[in-house]
Amino acid sequence: MPCSDLSDAPLLRLHGLVAGYGRIRALHGVDLEVRRGQIVALLGANGAGKTTTLKTISGLVRASAGRVLFEGRDITALRPSDIARLGLVHVPEGRRILRGLSVRENLELGAFTVRDAGERQRRMRHVFGLFPILERRQHQDGALLSGGEQQMLAMGRALMQGPKLLLLDEPSMGLAPKLVLEVMRIVRTLNDEGATVLLVEQNARLALRLADYGYVLESGAVRMQGSAETLRDDRTIIEAYLGA
Amino acid sequence: MSLTSILLHQALNGLVLGSFYALVALGYTMIFGVIKLLNFAHGDLYMAGGFVALLVLSAISGIVGAGWPGIFLAMLLAMIAVGCLGVVIERIAYHPMLGAPRLSILITALAVSLVLENTVLALTNGQYAAFQTSLGFGGVAIGGLFITYSEMVLVGMAALLMVTLELFVTRTQYGRAMRAVAVDTDMCALLGINVPTVIGVTFFIGSALAAAAGTMAGAYYGSLWYFMGFLIGLKAFTAAVIGGIGSIPGAMLGGLVLGMLESFGTQIPGIGSQWKDVFSFVVLILVLVFKPTGLLGRSEQERM
Ligand SMILES: Nc1ncnc2c1ncn2[C@@H]1O[C@H](COP(=O)(O)OP(=O)(O)O)[C@@H](O)[C@H]1O
Ligand SMILES: [Mg+2]
Repeated sequence: MPCSDLSDAPLLRLHGLVAGYGRIRALHGVDLEVRRGQIVALLGANGAGKTTTLKTISGLVRASAGRVLFEGRDITALRPSDIARLGLVHVPEGRRILRGLSVRENLELGAFTVRDAGERQRRMRHVFGLFPILERRQHQDGALLSGGEQQMLAMGRALMQGPKLLLLDEPSMGLAPKLVLEVMRIVRTLNDEGATVLLVEQNARLALRLADYGYVLESGAVRMQGSAETLRDDRTIIEAYLGA
Repeated sequence: MSLTSILLHQALNGLVLGSFYALVALGYTMIFGVIKLLNFAHGDLYMAGGFVALLVLSAISGIVGAGWPGIFLAMLLAMIAVGCLGVVIERIAYHPMLGAPRLSILITALAVSLVLENTVLALTNGQYAAFQTSLGFGGVAIGGLFITYSEMVLVGMAALLMVTLELFVTRTQYGRAMRAVAVDTDMCALLGINVPTVIGVTFFIGSALAAAAGTMAGAYYGSLWYFMGFLIGLKAFTAAVIGGIGSIPGAMLGGLVLGMLESFGTQIPGIGSQWKDVFSFVVLILVLVFKPTGLLGRSEQERM
Protein backbone atom coordinates (compact mmCIF):
# COMPACT_ATOMS: atom_id res chain seq x y z
CA MET A 1 0.00 0.00 0.00
CA PRO A 2 1.91 3.08 -1.16
CA CYS A 3 1.94 6.20 0.94
CA SER A 4 -0.65 5.32 3.57
CA ASP A 5 -1.10 7.53 6.60
CA LEU A 6 1.49 10.29 6.29
CA SER A 7 1.67 11.20 9.97
CA ASP A 8 2.45 7.58 10.73
CA ALA A 9 5.22 7.33 8.12
CA PRO A 10 8.73 7.57 9.59
CA LEU A 11 10.38 10.97 9.44
CA LEU A 12 13.60 9.38 8.21
CA ARG A 13 14.07 6.08 6.50
CA LEU A 14 17.26 4.48 5.20
CA HIS A 15 16.87 1.73 2.60
CA GLY A 16 19.84 -0.55 1.96
CA LEU A 17 22.27 2.33 2.20
CA VAL A 18 25.71 1.61 0.72
CA ALA A 19 28.45 4.25 0.96
CA GLY A 20 32.17 4.67 1.47
CA TYR A 21 35.30 6.64 0.73
CA GLY A 22 36.75 6.04 -2.71
CA ARG A 23 37.13 2.30 -2.94
CA ILE A 24 36.73 1.72 0.78
CA ARG A 25 33.20 0.64 1.62
CA ALA A 26 32.06 1.78 5.03
CA LEU A 27 28.32 0.96 4.86
CA HIS A 28 27.03 -2.30 3.43
CA GLY A 29 23.27 -1.82 3.18
CA VAL A 30 21.99 -0.02 6.26
CA ASP A 31 18.24 -0.04 6.97
CA LEU A 32 17.00 2.29 9.65
CA GLU A 33 13.91 4.28 10.65
CA VAL A 34 13.40 7.30 12.83
CA ARG A 35 9.83 8.18 13.80
CA ARG A 36 8.63 11.69 14.48
CA GLY A 37 9.24 12.81 18.05
CA GLN A 38 11.61 9.98 18.90
CA ILE A 39 15.16 9.93 20.12
CA VAL A 40 16.90 7.08 18.32
CA ALA A 41 20.36 5.97 19.42
CA LEU A 42 22.87 4.75 16.85
CA LEU A 43 25.47 2.68 18.67
CA GLY A 44 28.52 0.67 17.77
CA ALA A 45 32.23 0.34 18.30
CA ASN A 46 34.76 2.69 16.79
CA GLY A 47 34.87 2.36 13.02
CA ALA A 48 31.45 0.67 12.84
CA GLY A 49 30.17 3.29 10.39
CA LYS A 50 28.11 5.61 12.62
CA THR A 51 29.67 8.83 11.38
CA THR A 52 29.50 7.64 7.78
CA THR A 53 25.80 6.92 8.22
CA LEU A 54 25.13 10.47 9.38
CA LYS A 55 27.31 11.96 6.63
CA THR A 56 25.46 9.97 4.00
CA ILE A 57 22.11 11.16 5.34
CA SER A 58 23.20 14.80 5.25
CA GLY A 59 24.78 14.43 1.81
CA LEU A 60 28.44 14.94 2.72
CA VAL A 61 29.12 11.37 1.59
CA ARG A 62 27.40 10.10 -1.57
CA ALA A 63 25.47 6.83 -1.36
CA SER A 64 26.53 4.36 -4.04
CA ALA A 65 23.34 2.37 -3.55
CA GLY A 66 20.19 2.56 -1.47
CA ARG A 67 18.00 5.50 -0.59
CA VAL A 68 17.49 8.13 2.07
CA LEU A 69 13.86 9.19 2.55
CA PHE A 70 13.06 12.28 4.60
CA GLU A 71 9.39 13.05 5.21
CA GLY A 72 8.67 10.48 2.53
CA ARG A 73 10.80 12.30 -0.03
CA ASP A 74 13.88 10.80 -1.67
CA ILE A 75 16.79 13.08 -0.75
CA THR A 76 19.64 10.72 -1.69
CA ALA A 77 20.86 12.85 -4.58
CA LEU A 78 20.40 16.29 -3.01
CA ARG A 79 23.32 18.56 -2.12
CA PRO A 80 24.13 19.00 1.59
CA SER A 81 23.01 22.64 1.60
CA ASP A 82 19.63 21.69 0.09
CA ILE A 83 19.20 18.86 2.59
CA ALA A 84 19.96 21.25 5.45
CA ARG A 85 17.31 23.63 4.13
CA LEU A 86 14.68 20.91 4.57
CA GLY A 87 15.23 21.00 8.33
CA LEU A 88 17.49 17.97 8.44
CA VAL A 89 20.27 19.32 10.59
CA HIS A 90 23.59 17.56 11.10
CA VAL A 91 25.79 18.51 14.05
CA PRO A 92 29.02 16.80 13.01
CA GLU A 93 31.71 15.13 15.07
CA GLY A 94 34.09 17.61 16.65
CA ARG A 95 31.59 20.52 16.79
CA ARG A 96 33.14 22.40 13.88
CA ILE A 97 32.83 25.88 15.35
CA LEU A 98 33.71 28.49 12.72
CA ARG A 99 37.03 29.91 13.86
CA GLY A 100 37.54 33.64 13.52
CA LEU A 101 33.79 34.24 13.80
CA SER A 102 32.25 35.33 17.08
CA VAL A 103 29.78 33.21 19.02
CA ARG A 104 27.00 35.46 17.80
CA GLU A 105 28.17 35.23 14.19
CA ASN A 106 28.28 31.45 14.43
CA LEU A 107 24.66 31.53 15.59
CA GLU A 108 23.65 34.04 12.89
CA LEU A 109 25.03 31.72 10.24
CA GLY A 110 22.89 28.91 11.64
CA ALA A 111 19.93 30.96 10.41
CA PHE A 112 21.58 31.74 7.07
CA THR A 113 18.54 30.57 5.16
CA VAL A 114 16.15 32.66 7.27
CA ARG A 115 15.61 35.92 5.38
CA ASP A 116 13.48 37.55 8.08
CA ALA A 117 15.76 39.35 10.56
CA GLY A 118 12.99 39.39 13.18
CA GLU A 119 12.71 35.62 13.04
CA ARG A 120 16.49 35.31 13.38
CA GLN A 121 16.34 37.53 16.47
CA ARG A 122 13.54 35.44 17.94
CA ARG A 123 15.55 32.25 17.48
CA MET A 124 18.66 33.90 18.91
CA ARG A 125 16.78 34.92 22.06
CA HIS A 126 15.48 31.38 22.38
CA VAL A 127 19.01 29.95 22.10
CA PHE A 128 20.33 32.49 24.62
CA GLY A 129 17.52 31.44 26.95
CA LEU A 130 18.63 27.83 26.76
CA PHE A 131 22.34 28.64 26.94
CA PRO A 132 22.91 31.83 28.94
CA ILE A 133 26.68 31.31 28.70
CA LEU A 134 26.50 31.88 24.96
CA GLU A 135 24.90 35.26 25.48
CA ARG A 136 27.63 36.28 27.90
CA ARG A 137 30.30 35.11 25.44
CA GLN A 138 28.56 36.33 22.28
CA HIS A 139 31.34 38.63 21.14
CA GLN A 140 34.19 36.16 21.69
CA ASP A 141 35.73 34.10 18.92
CA GLY A 142 33.73 30.86 18.97
CA ALA A 143 36.89 28.79 18.72
CA LEU A 144 38.13 30.18 22.04
CA LEU A 145 35.27 28.65 24.05
CA SER A 146 35.85 25.60 26.23
CA GLY A 147 34.87 22.18 24.90
CA GLY A 148 31.54 22.17 26.72
CA GLU A 149 30.70 25.69 25.62
CA GLN A 150 31.60 24.81 22.04
CA GLN A 151 29.20 21.89 22.16
CA MET A 152 26.48 24.23 23.39
CA LEU A 153 27.32 26.62 20.58
CA ALA A 154 27.14 23.78 18.05
CA MET A 155 23.71 22.78 19.38
CA GLY A 156 22.57 26.40 19.58
CA ARG A 157 23.64 26.91 15.99
CA ALA A 158 21.70 23.79 15.02
CA LEU A 159 18.63 25.20 16.79
CA MET A 160 18.99 28.41 14.77
CA GLN A 161 18.47 26.22 11.71
CA GLY A 162 14.98 25.27 12.87
CA PRO A 163 15.57 21.51 12.91
CA LYS A 164 12.90 18.91 12.28
CA LEU A 165 15.49 16.17 12.62
CA LEU A 166 18.78 16.54 14.46
CA LEU A 167 21.69 14.25 13.66
CA LEU A 168 24.05 14.46 16.64
CA ASP A 169 27.48 12.87 16.25
CA GLU A 170 29.02 12.10 19.66
CA PRO A 171 28.02 15.37 21.31
CA SER A 172 29.64 14.31 24.57
CA MET A 173 33.00 13.42 23.06
CA GLY A 174 35.91 14.73 25.09
CA LEU A 175 33.77 16.32 27.78
CA ALA A 176 34.08 15.93 31.56
CA PRO A 177 31.47 13.56 33.11
CA LYS A 178 29.46 16.40 34.58
CA LEU A 179 29.25 18.11 31.20
CA VAL A 180 28.28 14.84 29.53
CA LEU A 181 25.17 14.74 31.70
CA GLU A 182 24.49 18.39 30.90
CA VAL A 183 24.69 17.65 27.19
CA MET A 184 22.30 14.73 27.57
CA ARG A 185 19.87 16.99 29.42
CA ILE A 186 20.06 19.43 26.52
CA VAL A 187 19.35 16.68 24.01
CA ARG A 188 16.24 15.82 26.04
CA THR A 189 15.18 19.48 26.04
CA LEU A 190 15.61 19.81 22.28
CA ASN A 191 13.52 16.70 21.85
CA ASP A 192 10.83 18.01 24.19
CA GLU A 193 10.75 21.16 22.07
CA GLY A 194 9.82 19.13 19.06
CA ALA A 195 13.03 18.04 17.36
CA THR A 196 13.36 14.39 16.48
CA VAL A 197 16.87 13.13 17.25
CA LEU A 198 19.20 10.54 15.80
CA LEU A 199 21.97 10.32 18.38
CA VAL A 200 25.37 8.71 17.85
CA GLU A 201 27.08 7.93 21.14
CA GLN A 202 30.06 5.98 22.37
CA ASN A 203 28.54 5.77 25.80
CA ALA A 204 25.79 3.24 25.11
CA ARG A 205 24.32 3.09 28.57
CA LEU A 206 23.84 6.82 28.66
CA ALA A 207 22.37 6.97 25.16
CA LEU A 208 19.93 4.17 25.91
CA ARG A 209 18.73 5.95 29.03
CA LEU A 210 17.70 8.83 26.79
CA ALA A 211 16.54 7.05 23.66
CA ASP A 212 13.26 5.45 22.69
CA TYR A 213 14.81 3.06 20.23
CA GLY A 214 18.30 1.92 19.35
CA TYR A 215 20.33 0.42 16.52
CA VAL A 216 23.67 -1.31 16.89
CA LEU A 217 25.99 -1.02 13.90
CA GLU A 218 28.81 -3.44 13.27
CA SER A 219 31.16 -3.25 10.28
CA GLY A 220 28.79 -1.07 8.34
CA ALA A 221 25.59 -3.04 8.84
CA VAL A 222 22.80 -3.05 11.43
CA ARG A 223 23.62 -5.90 13.78
CA MET A 224 20.78 -5.46 16.21
CA GLN A 225 17.87 -3.17 16.96
CA GLY A 226 15.11 -2.78 19.49
CA SER A 227 13.46 -0.55 21.99
CA ALA A 228 15.87 1.18 24.31
CA GLU A 229 14.62 -0.91 27.25
CA THR A 230 15.24 -4.18 25.48
CA LEU A 231 18.75 -3.19 24.47
CA ARG A 232 19.48 -1.75 27.89
CA ASP A 233 18.49 -4.93 29.69
CA ASP A 234 20.42 -7.19 27.39
CA ARG A 235 23.75 -7.56 29.15
CA THR A 236 25.29 -9.55 26.33
CA ILE A 237 24.67 -6.71 23.92
CA ILE A 238 26.20 -4.14 26.19
CA GLU A 239 29.24 -6.28 26.79
CA ALA A 240 29.74 -7.72 23.32
CA TYR A 241 29.04 -4.74 21.13
CA LEU A 242 29.08 -1.63 23.17
CA GLY A 243 32.08 -2.23 25.37
CA ALA A 244 30.64 -0.24 28.23
CA MET B 1 63.38 70.79 0.24
CA SER B 2 63.77 70.20 3.94
CA LEU B 3 64.11 66.70 5.33
CA THR B 4 60.65 66.73 6.91
CA SER B 5 58.99 67.79 3.72
CA ILE B 6 60.84 65.03 1.84
CA LEU B 7 59.67 62.51 4.41
CA LEU B 8 56.09 63.78 4.28
CA HIS B 9 56.16 63.65 0.52
CA GLN B 10 57.37 60.06 0.57
CA ALA B 11 54.69 59.17 3.11
CA LEU B 12 52.06 60.53 0.75
CA ASN B 13 53.52 58.60 -2.18
CA GLY B 14 53.55 55.50 -0.01
CA LEU B 15 49.92 56.05 0.94
CA VAL B 16 48.79 56.37 -2.68
CA LEU B 17 50.82 53.38 -3.81
CA GLY B 18 49.75 51.44 -0.73
CA SER B 19 46.07 52.11 -1.50
CA PHE B 20 46.45 50.47 -4.91
CA TYR B 21 48.35 47.54 -3.43
CA ALA B 22 45.78 47.13 -0.67
CA LEU B 23 42.80 47.08 -3.03
CA VAL B 24 44.40 44.43 -5.22
CA ALA B 25 45.74 42.47 -2.24
CA LEU B 26 42.21 42.29 -0.78
CA GLY B 27 40.94 40.32 -3.75
CA TYR B 28 44.02 38.09 -3.63
CA THR B 29 43.45 37.29 -0.01
CA MET B 30 39.67 36.85 -0.22
CA ILE B 31 39.93 34.47 -3.14
CA PHE B 32 42.71 32.56 -1.42
CA GLY B 33 40.39 32.32 1.58
CA VAL B 34 37.46 30.68 -0.14
CA ILE B 35 39.19 28.34 -2.60
CA LYS B 36 42.81 28.28 -1.39
CA LEU B 37 44.00 29.48 -4.78
CA LEU B 38 46.73 32.05 -5.40
CA ASN B 39 44.94 33.71 -8.26
CA PHE B 40 47.84 34.74 -10.43
CA ALA B 41 45.37 36.29 -12.87
CA HIS B 42 44.27 38.81 -10.28
CA GLY B 43 46.65 41.56 -11.39
CA ASP B 44 45.27 41.22 -14.90
CA LEU B 45 41.80 42.05 -13.62
CA TYR B 46 43.29 45.30 -12.36
CA MET B 47 44.58 45.92 -15.87
CA ALA B 48 41.24 44.95 -17.41
CA GLY B 49 39.48 47.32 -15.01
CA GLY B 50 41.64 50.19 -16.20
CA PHE B 51 40.86 49.47 -19.84
CA VAL B 52 37.11 49.06 -19.31
CA ALA B 53 37.06 52.35 -17.41
CA LEU B 54 38.98 54.04 -20.21
CA LEU B 55 36.49 52.75 -22.78
CA VAL B 56 33.55 53.95 -20.71
CA LEU B 57 35.16 57.30 -20.03
CA SER B 58 35.90 57.95 -23.71
CA ALA B 59 32.28 57.10 -24.49
CA ILE B 60 30.74 59.34 -21.84
CA SER B 61 33.25 62.17 -21.51
CA GLY B 62 31.36 64.11 -24.19
CA ILE B 63 28.36 64.19 -21.87
CA VAL B 64 29.72 64.26 -18.33
CA GLY B 65 33.27 65.38 -18.99
CA ALA B 66 36.49 63.66 -17.96
CA GLY B 67 36.59 64.97 -14.40
CA TRP B 68 35.76 63.08 -11.22
CA PRO B 69 32.04 62.50 -12.00
CA GLY B 70 32.96 60.81 -15.27
CA ILE B 71 35.77 58.85 -13.65
CA PHE B 72 33.46 57.65 -10.86
CA LEU B 73 30.90 56.47 -13.35
CA ALA B 74 33.57 54.75 -15.43
CA MET B 75 34.98 53.13 -12.31
CA LEU B 76 31.57 51.88 -11.24
CA LEU B 77 30.89 50.30 -14.62
CA ALA B 78 34.41 48.84 -14.73
CA MET B 79 33.85 47.32 -11.29
CA ILE B 80 30.60 45.69 -12.40
CA ALA B 81 32.02 44.44 -15.71
CA VAL B 82 35.25 43.09 -14.24
CA GLY B 83 33.36 41.69 -11.25
CA CYS B 84 31.28 39.67 -13.70
CA LEU B 85 34.44 38.70 -15.59
CA GLY B 86 35.88 37.35 -12.33
CA VAL B 87 32.74 35.29 -11.71
CA VAL B 88 32.88 33.89 -15.26
CA ILE B 89 36.57 33.01 -14.89
CA GLU B 90 35.84 31.17 -11.65
CA ARG B 91 32.96 29.25 -13.20
CA ILE B 92 34.76 28.29 -16.40
CA ALA B 93 38.38 27.89 -15.33
CA TYR B 94 38.59 27.24 -11.60
CA HIS B 95 35.34 25.59 -10.58
CA PRO B 96 35.93 22.43 -12.64
CA MET B 97 39.42 22.17 -11.09
CA LEU B 98 38.42 22.37 -7.43
CA GLY B 99 38.87 18.65 -6.82
CA ALA B 100 42.18 18.52 -8.71
CA PRO B 101 45.65 18.86 -7.13
CA ARG B 102 46.66 22.37 -6.07
CA LEU B 103 49.32 22.64 -8.75
CA SER B 104 46.81 22.07 -11.55
CA ILE B 105 44.61 24.94 -10.48
CA LEU B 106 47.66 27.17 -10.01
CA ILE B 107 48.71 26.42 -13.59
CA THR B 108 45.15 27.18 -14.68
CA ALA B 109 45.44 30.59 -13.03
CA LEU B 110 48.66 31.27 -14.95
CA ALA B 111 46.86 30.30 -18.15
CA VAL B 112 43.99 32.67 -17.37
CA SER B 113 46.55 35.41 -16.81
CA LEU B 114 48.15 34.72 -20.21
CA VAL B 115 44.76 34.75 -21.93
CA LEU B 116 43.81 38.10 -20.40
CA GLU B 117 47.16 39.73 -21.12
CA ASN B 118 47.34 38.49 -24.68
CA THR B 119 43.77 39.45 -25.45
CA VAL B 120 44.51 43.02 -24.45
CA LEU B 121 47.89 42.84 -26.23
CA ALA B 122 46.10 41.90 -29.44
CA LEU B 123 43.47 44.60 -29.00
CA THR B 124 45.98 47.36 -28.26
CA ASN B 125 48.91 46.19 -30.41
CA GLY B 126 50.95 46.36 -27.25
CA GLN B 127 50.77 50.16 -27.22
CA TYR B 128 50.35 52.32 -24.17
CA ALA B 129 46.87 53.82 -24.03
CA ALA B 130 46.57 57.36 -22.73
CA PHE B 131 44.05 57.65 -19.89
CA GLN B 132 43.05 61.22 -20.50
CA THR B 133 41.27 63.06 -17.74
CA SER B 134 40.61 66.69 -17.04
CA LEU B 135 42.01 66.38 -13.54
CA GLY B 136 44.43 69.22 -12.94
CA PHE B 137 47.31 69.46 -10.56
CA GLY B 138 45.50 71.71 -8.13
CA GLY B 139 45.82 70.99 -4.46
CA VAL B 140 46.60 72.41 -1.06
CA ALA B 141 49.77 72.87 0.91
CA ILE B 142 49.61 71.49 4.43
CA GLY B 143 52.72 72.38 6.35
CA GLY B 144 55.56 71.48 4.06
CA LEU B 145 53.47 69.07 2.05
CA PHE B 146 51.60 69.75 -1.16
CA ILE B 147 48.68 67.36 -1.70
CA THR B 148 46.78 67.36 -4.98
CA TYR B 149 43.01 67.06 -4.92
CA SER B 150 43.39 63.93 -7.05
CA GLU B 151 45.52 62.28 -4.38
CA MET B 152 42.97 63.15 -1.73
CA VAL B 153 40.04 61.80 -3.71
CA LEU B 154 42.01 58.69 -4.61
CA VAL B 155 43.04 57.81 -1.10
CA GLY B 156 39.56 58.71 0.14
CA MET B 157 37.93 56.40 -2.44
CA ALA B 158 40.23 53.55 -1.52
CA ALA B 159 39.45 54.06 2.17
CA LEU B 160 35.72 54.18 1.46
CA LEU B 161 35.87 50.94 -0.50
CA MET B 162 37.77 49.25 2.30
CA VAL B 163 35.38 50.46 4.99
CA THR B 164 32.46 49.23 2.88
CA LEU B 165 34.14 45.85 2.50
CA GLU B 166 34.76 45.64 6.23
CA LEU B 167 31.08 46.40 6.92
CA PHE B 168 30.08 43.80 4.34
CA VAL B 169 32.16 40.99 5.86
CA THR B 170 31.16 41.72 9.45
CA ARG B 171 27.55 42.91 9.15
CA THR B 172 25.93 40.90 6.39
CA GLN B 173 25.07 37.21 6.18
CA TYR B 174 26.93 36.82 2.88
CA GLY B 175 29.97 38.54 4.35
CA ARG B 176 29.98 36.23 7.35
CA ALA B 177 29.41 33.28 5.06
CA MET B 178 32.45 34.33 3.05
CA ARG B 179 34.63 34.22 6.15
CA ALA B 180 33.02 30.96 7.20
CA VAL B 181 33.59 29.25 3.84
CA ALA B 182 37.27 30.14 4.21
CA VAL B 183 37.35 28.21 7.48
CA ASP B 184 35.16 25.14 6.87
CA THR B 185 33.35 24.55 3.58
CA ASP B 186 31.57 21.36 4.63
CA MET B 187 30.22 22.91 7.82
CA CYS B 188 28.88 25.82 5.77
CA ALA B 189 27.04 23.42 3.50
CA LEU B 190 25.51 21.76 6.58
CA LEU B 191 24.22 25.19 7.63
CA GLY B 192 22.37 25.45 4.32
CA ILE B 193 24.84 27.91 2.85
CA ASN B 194 25.13 27.63 -0.92
CA VAL B 195 28.92 27.51 -1.08
CA PRO B 196 29.34 28.00 -4.86
CA THR B 197 27.24 31.17 -4.63
CA VAL B 198 29.41 32.49 -1.81
CA ILE B 199 32.53 31.73 -3.88
CA GLY B 200 30.94 33.60 -6.80
CA VAL B 201 30.18 36.63 -4.62
CA THR B 202 33.77 36.59 -3.39
CA PHE B 203 35.15 36.57 -6.94
CA PHE B 204 32.81 39.39 -7.87
CA ILE B 205 33.89 41.60 -5.00
CA GLY B 206 37.59 40.78 -5.26
CA SER B 207 37.63 41.43 -9.01
CA ALA B 208 35.61 44.63 -8.65
CA LEU B 209 38.10 45.98 -6.11
CA ALA B 210 40.96 45.23 -8.51
CA ALA B 211 39.05 47.07 -11.26
CA ALA B 212 38.57 50.07 -8.97
CA ALA B 213 42.31 50.15 -8.32
CA GLY B 214 43.03 49.81 -12.05
CA THR B 215 40.76 52.75 -12.82
CA MET B 216 42.32 54.91 -10.14
CA ALA B 217 45.83 54.00 -11.24
CA GLY B 218 44.93 54.83 -14.83
CA ALA B 219 43.56 58.21 -13.83
CA TYR B 220 46.51 58.89 -11.55
CA TYR B 221 49.39 57.83 -13.80
CA GLY B 222 47.64 58.77 -17.05
CA SER B 223 48.31 55.63 -19.06
CA LEU B 224 47.48 51.93 -19.35
CA TRP B 225 49.38 48.97 -20.72
CA TYR B 226 48.42 45.33 -21.26
CA PHE B 227 51.24 44.17 -19.00
CA MET B 228 50.58 46.60 -16.14
CA GLY B 229 48.84 43.90 -14.05
CA PHE B 230 51.86 41.62 -13.90
CA LEU B 231 53.98 43.57 -11.47
CA ILE B 232 51.12 44.80 -9.31
CA GLY B 233 49.87 41.21 -9.08
CA LEU B 234 53.21 40.22 -7.59
CA LYS B 235 53.19 43.27 -5.33
CA ALA B 236 49.66 42.54 -4.16
CA PHE B 237 50.69 38.96 -3.46
CA THR B 238 53.61 40.34 -1.44
CA ALA B 239 51.27 42.70 0.42
CA ALA B 240 48.84 39.86 1.17
CA VAL B 241 51.70 37.73 2.50
CA ILE B 242 53.05 40.59 4.62
CA GLY B 243 49.60 41.02 6.18
CA GLY B 244 49.00 37.27 6.46
CA ILE B 245 47.45 35.58 3.45
CA GLY B 246 43.74 35.00 3.97
CA SER B 247 43.35 37.90 6.39
CA ILE B 248 41.26 40.84 5.17
CA PRO B 249 42.62 43.43 7.61
CA GLY B 250 46.03 41.92 6.86
CA ALA B 251 45.69 42.72 3.16
CA MET B 252 44.83 46.35 3.92
CA LEU B 253 47.71 46.67 6.34
CA GLY B 254 50.11 44.74 4.10
CA GLY B 255 49.29 46.99 1.15
CA LEU B 256 49.98 50.13 3.13
CA VAL B 257 53.12 48.72 4.69
CA LEU B 258 54.47 47.70 1.29
CA GLY B 259 53.62 51.08 -0.23
CA MET B 260 55.44 52.84 2.60
CA LEU B 261 58.41 50.48 2.50
CA GLU B 262 58.86 51.06 -1.21
CA SER B 263 58.42 54.77 -0.93
CA PHE B 264 60.87 55.20 1.93
CA GLY B 265 63.17 52.37 0.90
CA THR B 266 64.07 54.16 -2.28
CA GLN B 267 65.21 57.15 -0.19
CA ILE B 268 67.90 55.15 1.56
CA PRO B 269 71.24 56.29 0.13
CA GLY B 270 72.49 53.75 -2.36
CA ILE B 271 68.99 52.37 -3.08
CA GLY B 272 67.56 54.39 -5.92
CA SER B 273 64.04 54.04 -7.29
CA GLN B 274 65.29 51.55 -9.87
CA TRP B 275 65.74 49.16 -6.93
CA LYS B 276 62.15 49.59 -5.76
CA ASP B 277 60.92 46.19 -6.98
CA VAL B 278 63.98 44.33 -5.78
CA PHE B 279 63.39 45.97 -2.41
CA SER B 280 59.77 44.67 -2.30
CA PHE B 281 60.69 41.13 -3.13
CA VAL B 282 63.52 41.09 -0.63
CA VAL B 283 60.87 42.09 1.92
CA LEU B 284 58.66 39.24 0.67
CA ILE B 285 61.46 36.73 1.12
CA LEU B 286 62.28 38.06 4.58
CA VAL B 287 58.63 37.75 5.65
CA LEU B 288 58.39 34.23 4.24
CA VAL B 289 61.55 33.20 6.07
CA PHE B 290 60.98 34.88 9.42
CA LYS B 291 57.21 35.27 9.77
CA PRO B 292 55.43 33.18 7.12
CA THR B 293 52.05 33.80 8.77
CA GLY B 294 52.42 37.53 8.19
CA LEU B 295 51.57 40.40 10.50
CA LEU B 296 47.92 39.49 11.13
CA GLY B 297 47.75 35.89 9.94
CA ARG B 298 47.15 32.90 12.15
CA SER B 299 49.30 29.85 12.29
CA GLU B 300 46.68 27.47 10.87
CA GLN B 301 46.52 26.89 7.16
CA GLU B 302 43.00 28.19 6.55
CA ARG B 303 42.00 31.56 7.80
CA MET B 304 40.35 34.73 6.72
N1 LIG C 1 37.63 9.97 5.35
C1 LIG C 1 37.75 8.62 5.32
N2 LIG C 1 38.50 8.01 4.36
C2 LIG C 1 38.61 6.67 4.33
N3 LIG C 1 38.03 5.84 5.19
C3 LIG C 1 37.29 6.36 6.16
C4 LIG C 1 37.11 7.78 6.28
N4 LIG C 1 36.31 8.03 7.34
C5 LIG C 1 36.01 6.81 7.86
N5 LIG C 1 36.59 5.83 7.16
C6 LIG C 1 36.45 4.39 7.41
O1 LIG C 1 35.10 4.05 7.36
C7 LIG C 1 34.75 3.17 8.40
C8 LIG C 1 33.63 3.74 9.24
O2 LIG C 1 34.10 4.91 9.89
P1 LIG C 1 33.15 5.85 10.72
O3 LIG C 1 31.88 6.01 9.99
O4 LIG C 1 33.91 7.07 11.03
O5 LIG C 1 32.91 5.01 12.05
P2 LIG C 1 32.40 5.43 13.49
O6 LIG C 1 31.85 6.80 13.41
O7 LIG C 1 31.37 4.42 13.83
O8 LIG C 1 33.57 5.35 14.40
C9 LIG C 1 36.02 2.91 9.19
O9 LIG C 1 36.59 1.70 8.74
C10 LIG C 1 36.90 4.07 8.84
O10 LIG C 1 38.26 3.69 8.85
MG1 LIG D 1 32.43 8.56 14.44
